[in-house]
Formats: sequence, C-alpha cells, structure tokens
Amino acid sequence: MALDENGKRIFKVVGTRPPRPDGIDKVTGRAMYGADATAPGMLQGHILRSPHAHARIKSIDTSEAEALSGVKAVVTAKDFGLPDDESVLDVQDNCMARDKALYDGHPVAAVAASSAAIAKKALKLIKVDYEILPHVTDVDEAMKPDAPIVQTGRAMEDLPDGLSENVTYHFEFGHGDMDAGFAKADKIIERSFKTAATHQGYIEPHACLASMNSDGKGELWCCTQGQFYVRELCADIMQMDASQLRVTASEIGGGFGGKTTVFIEPVALALSRKSGRPVKIVMTRDEVFRATGPTVSSSTDVKIGMTKDGRITAAHATLRYQGGAFPCGTVQFGAQSAFAAYDLEAVQTIGWSALTNRPKEAAYRAPGAPMAIYAVESVVDELCQELNLDPLDVRLKNAAQKGTKSSYGPTFDDIGLKATLDAAKAHPHYAAPLGPNQGRGLSCGFWFNFGGNTCVSMNLNFDGTVGITEGNPDIGGSRASISQMAAEELGIPYEKVRTIVADTNSIGHNDVTDGSRVTFAVGLATIKAAREAIKEMCTRVAKIWDIDADAVYWEDGYAKPSGPNAGTFDPMSLEEIAAISAQTGGPIAGHHEVNADGAGVSFGVHLVDVEVDPETGATTVLRYTVFQDAGKAIHPDYVEGQMQGGAVQGIGWALNEEYIYGEDGLLQNPSLLDYRIPVASDLPNIDTVILEIPNPGHPYGVRGVGETPIVPPLAAISNAVSRALDLRMFELPMSPPKILKALSSKV
Amino acid sequence: MKNIHVSTTINGDPTEFICNPDESLLDVLRNRLGLTGAKEGCGTGDCGACSVTVNGRLVCSCLVLGVEAEAAEVETIEGMANGEKLHPLQQHFIDGAALQCGVCTPGILVAAKALLEKNPNPTDTEVRYWLAGNLCRCTGYDKIIKAVQSAAAEMRGA
Repeated sequence: MALDENGKRIFKVVGTRPPRPDGIDKVTGRAMYGADATAPGMLQGHILRSPHAHARIKSIDTSEAEALSGVKAVVTAKDFGLPDDESVLDVQDNCMARDKALYDGHPVAAVAASSAAIAKKALKLIKVDYEILPHVTDVDEAMKPDAPIVQTGRAMEDLPDGLSENVTYHFEFGHGDMDAGFAKADKIIERSFKTAATHQGYIEPHACLASMNSDGKGELWCCTQGQFYVRELCADIMQMDASQLRVTASEIGGGFGGKTTVFIEPVALALSRKSGRPVKIVMTRDEVFRATGPTVSSSTDVKIGMTKDGRITAAHATLRYQGGAFPCGTVQFGAQSAFAAYDLEAVQTIGWSALTNRPKEAAYRAPGAPMAIYAVESVVDELCQELNLDPLDVRLKNAAQKGTKSSYGPTFDDIGLKATLDAAKAHPHYAAPLGPNQGRGLSCGFWFNFGGNTCVSMNLNFDGTVGITEGNPDIGGSRASISQMAAEELGIPYEKVRTIVADTNSIGHNDVTDGSRVTFAVGLATIKAAREAIKEMCTRVAKIWDIDADAVYWEDGYAKPSGPNAGTFDPMSLEEIAAISAQTGGPIAGHHEVNADGAGVSFGVHLVDVEVDPETGATTVLRYTVFQDAGKAIHPDYVEGQMQGGAVQGIGWALNEEYIYGEDGLLQNPSLLDYRIPVASDLPNIDTVILEIPNPGHPYGVRGVGETPIVPPLAAISNAVSRALDLRMFELPMSPPKILKALSSKV
Repeated sequence: MKNIHVSTTINGDPTEFICNPDESLLDVLRNRLGLTGAKEGCGTGDCGACSVTVNGRLVCSCLVLGVEAEAAEVETIEGMANGEKLHPLQQHFIDGAALQCGVCTPGILVAAKALLEKNPNPTDTEVRYWLAGNLCRCTGYDKIIKAVQSAAAEMRGA
C-alpha cells in the first residue's frame, strides 16, 4: 500500500503524544500478565530439567512421583506424538527432550500437582538414568571435524570436508569482483571478533495457564508475542484442530523476540489433558536463563579495503554463529545485514551456523545483525584511524542511498541513512570536547523490517465511538499508535477509539509481533479498514441524501456533498451516521486482511562517549545520542522509547552481558545478579533524534523502529572504548576483567 | 509444615491470612490475597519487580516471609492511587511514557514513592542510584527518571 499522494498532509492526531490506553491498568497493578491468571481447580506445573550439558536419557522412572499424594499428572516425551514438520518437532523436542538432553536445563519431565510444594517434591522423586556424553558450547569448536556431535542427521547438504556434522547452514551473499576491489585499496585491514550470547532479559518470566477439556477443546492464556503462532505450534504438537484451541495473549512483560515461540505451553497443555484440570506453569528466572532463547554467540572475520580518501573498495565477512542445540538460520540475517549500510562495488559475506549444547536460540531484536555489524563497524573505525579520516565523513562517503544495490541483493528505495549521518554530524554531541581516558565511538545500524499477515476489524458503535480489534500483542505502545491512525483517518478524537488485542478465535491470523512490523502493518490495515468504513458511511449518507455515492466525500470526520452539483446538504458527522445506522442498513464496520509488503528498511546512527578507568577496567557511558529514521513517528514518545530501550540493551551487550559456560558445559550465571543487565545508575540520559524520511510502502510513511536501535551500540561502544584506550578491542562484552587483560597486553 | 495465622494491615485495610512458614510475602500477596500487582521477576531480590513497603521500608517482597507481615503496615501498588485519583508518580509515568511493557512499573512506582518520601528533591543521580535495584528492560530508564523528577516537582509544589 503506497504512501498517500498528499504526502505533505498535515496530521492532526498522528505525531501527537496521547496517553496510552493500557496506562492506568499498568500503573495501578491491574494489568493482567502471564502469571496473574487463575482458574477453578487449577494445578501447579513444574518442570524437571537436565543437570547435564549433553546426556543420553536411558530411562525415566516416574512411578514414585505419580504415587505422591497431590500429584495429578506426570508427563515425559512419551506423552507427545511425532509431528511431521521437522521445525515443529524441534520446538517440541526443545520443550521436552526425547532421546537426549541437549543442554543444561533441557526439560525431561513435568509434574502437575495441587500445590507448588508438592510439585517440587514430586520432581525430586523422578529418577532419570543419564549416560553423560561429551559436549561442545563454543561455535568455533563445534565446527571442527572432531567435535562432539550434538544431533546426528542434521548437517547441511553437501557438507564441505573438514567441517563437523554440527554445521547445519551455509549462506552466501554479495556481488562484484573481490580481487579487483582489494587491489584498488590503499589500506586493507582484516580482523577477527567474538561476541557472547546474551539473553533478551524480559522482566516477566514465561508463564501460562492451560485448560484442556475432555471434549477436545482447549484454552490457553500465556505471555507471548504471537498468540496465533502459539496456537499453530501447540495445535500441531497436541494434534488437535487449530479452531479447538483458543489462545489469549496476556499483557506481556517484555519479549524482544524471546516470546515468539513456545517453551512451557505444550507442556501445560499435556499436563492439563492428562490430569483433566487447568494447569499453570510459571518459569523461575533460573529456568528462563537456562532454557529460553538467548541469542547466538558469534565468531566473525572481516576484511575491508579502503582508499586513502576513504572509499571502501571491497568488503568481505565470514560469520560463524551457534544457535544452540537445534538448527538455527539466524546467521543468514547477519550475512545479509553486515554491509547493508554501504554502497559497495565488491562485497561478499559468508555465513555458517553450527549446533552446540546450549539452549535453542530465540530471536532478540534484529536477530543476527548486531554481532555482524559490530565486526564490520569496528574494522571501518580502525581504517578511519589508520588513514586519519573522520569516521562520519567516511560513512557519508560510502553510505547506501536510494538506488544502491544492497550487499544482500535488493535495490534500496527511499532510505534515511544519509539523513541520520548528516544529523549526527551537525549535532553538538559530535563536536563536544573529550577528557582523559575518554573516547567517542559511532556506528551505523540497520534492520530489514517486516510486514506480514495482518487482520484488523473496525466497528462503529451507535454512540459514534470506534472499536478496533487486532491480533498483535502490544509490546511498545502499539495500541496507542493504532488508535491514533484510526482517529486520524476517520477524523475523530483519539479518545473516541479503543483498540484491543483479540484472542485467536476473535479475529483472523496475525503474524507474531516481530520484525518491527506492528505499527507498520497493523497501522496499514487499520487505515484500510477505516477507508472501508468511510466508504460505507458515504454510501449510507448518499442514500439519505438520495444522491450518488460518488457525490459524497469524507473530510475531518464528516460526510459532505462533493460539490454544488451534488446538492446542498449539511455535513453529517460519524456520530450522526453511526447513531442511525440501524435504520440505514445495520451496523457499520471496516476490516482489512493483508500479507503486507513494503515495510521499508530502517537505518540509524549512534554516537557515544565513554570513559574507561584504567585501574579497574570499568567503562562509564558518559553521553549517548541515537539518530534514527522512523519514516513517520506516529507516537513520538514510543518511537523514542524504542530507540532508548534498544540502545540500552546494546550497551549491556557491549559492556556486561554474557552467557558464561564452565568446562562442564553448565551455565555459570543463570541469575539477574550474575547476568547483569544495565541498571539506572549505570547510564546517562539517552538522547534521541528522530528523522522522518517517509517509507514509500505505507500511506503515512511509517517504518518499523523497534529493532534497529540494538544494532549500533555494540560497535559504537567498542569503537569508543578502543579510542579511549588507544587499543583495539575484538571481543564482547568488554567487561572490566577483559579490559584489564587487554591493557596488560598493551606494549 | 503447619500454616501460621497472620494479622496485618495492607494498604490501610486490616487483613488476615494463613501461610506456610517458608512462604514469601510476595507469594502471599499474589496467591492468597489476589494482589497480583507486585510481580516476580527473579525471586532472588535482583529485579525489584516485587517491591512493596513494610512499615515504610522499601523491600523486595520475594525476600520477606509472609509471617513477617504480622502486625505490620504493608503498602503495595494497589494502594497507591486514592480511589480514582492517581498518585502524581502514576500520572507522570503515563504522561511521560515512562512505561512500555509495564511489568516493572508497579515495583518502580513503589520504590520511587519511597524515595520521594525520604528525599522530596533528589538529583537525577540520586534517583538513578535509588532505582538501581529495579530493573527495566524496555525503556532504558530515561523517561522513568524524567517522570520521577516531574512528579517530584509537582509534589513539592503541591
């Protein structure tokens, strides 16, 4: 759906900052999250998890647990079928191990009991006979031919010699003559980088309440980014019809990609089916860390050639990602996005993905991109230092723009990269003085954005208010922005619109809240639904006025005769039309169903100043500014909120956060004390500059904004630290011990 | 273990409950009293989502036993608004977009209220250090700090 031709329209509601509809519930404690629901006769479900990184399950004896008073059901993999779809089977196997426990924390059995205390006691009575197997948790080790095999039979087709069977995917992108490109360079730098796996770190652990009836109907309440995908996965796993399983998304206490799949939901459904009672499962934080979606960890080689005046002549990257114990294609996004910010004649990226004995990777905000762009932007920064060039000038000189054939194939339409770079260059932050032990870094960031399957229903109430039913859990204020777009289009006040997120039986399929898609795609469908409702209102008014429907048009909330030839009539408001709709043909509604394309790619630039304490190795972020193209900011507060939140997650990734595995393959830091996400006192204000370069694929020009902001912080901070220390850093996180170690090796 | 009978005051209301001796105040509030505004983000006192006050002292209710509420005054997020009238902190959190997913919000509001009762005119740094025990993963804290400061300014003026 193209940008409206009157692209310079003056918006009345869009671009304002009204209060969010879920605000009062959330500040008074009334909002209902995953763990807040109860049901009559509800049991507590608890899960037994593997204490080993890799072990064959020789037998499981549940008899003592089943005999414990208060225990109503025990399930193991034997209680599940074998779905035909390999990816669904992977999800099921991740929820409940079949033959082998593949990582520390992998579920092996579950209990439903009348109390949490009894359920926990029952877990201790389950006897699992394990045969411990060799394990591997590092991506480079996992790719070696003699590595322990995590799962047999999952290797990529045509596996090259010298690689382990753990290698499951290989991708290549690029264009141009690499040798000729590098031959033109005055300076070539080739470096290797590593990034640790991080966790999405949502504050709300996964929770669900499942109720299966003996007639085959099921109800599932859970915190998820996508109730429809949950329904599809669970219906497949439970071998039931999708229509019989109603999934309701609770308010969601953060997701960031990590709540786009299922972990406990099929287990709760299986326990409920077996016990005949509703079953609630709430994960502990330990379980969240050990068994839900961290990111990939990565190992990347980057080689870039540059002329002495700063033109990139050739760029190459090889990326190796591990995504845990199941095949994971995230490296594709890394290989596609690595050089997306640049207009290059010769570029090639190669991605490899390997299995390890770690939890199955789940999406985390721009999955795959931050670690790839970290490596690329680090090398670009080092080239700028070596050639004594301004890092913003070099980005501007090489920046992708409209018409650029991207490194991953498509040719870009209108994009905002140069505008964000110009804004950064003009900003006082870029010229501010720096003190001793301080450094300034910057990085570009990119995300593809996504549209996807979307349904919106709009109903006009008799009192002239409007209800919108959509199907995407609101993770960043989307109910407000959708109501704003509806109000804008209909020409009524924001307060007259209420948007709700419906369950799976109340509206058609909606893809998961991911890919920065909701404000774009649900917004687009909302505008189309409003235009359909407007068309119907005009038809009704034409009947009343006894003129052609074509002779009625809609403006600022009123149906009006289109000109003197149409006749002279007093305009009719939406409220007036709705009030008499029962007499003019019945309730008035609009709806729209679409698989939206045209999402419009997103670029941002981050500027950061840090100070590194050479005594302790601690890094303090002194100043941070985010520049990003939002296309059109519907609710600027929530656009800023995405930019700030993403930046801070990236700061955590750069400086502190990491999955630490011991020699035994067990996760060493599965708590929020030892896995330290940024706290308020770690941070400065996060300043934001929103650019608006309209996306040609949306009527108001909207681009998704949620994911790009986590991409630049990794390199921006690494570049700032490297400049502060006068020592290039090659590994994340740059926690104090790692900085001290690097300093000690400095000659 | 036998349950223990506890008499307490929650948000000004006399309240009685029974609980296990090893049951946390958070579990009592959520599972026995239906006060689900306090959230369990970690159960180990690291995230602050379960923040309440006991006799005016800010605590992680996951680290307090239910039986410790005996004869105490407990304040939770459910008691912050005065009927329909939101507390200035609540209003400024909405007006300033200081929440996204909102799951940390009850704990942060309870903690911020405790701060302003102690220090009605904090610096940004004081707010940041006071709230360092309350994790938020959505906002990057920027708008939270600003909302606390604008609420503090209004409360000082009132």
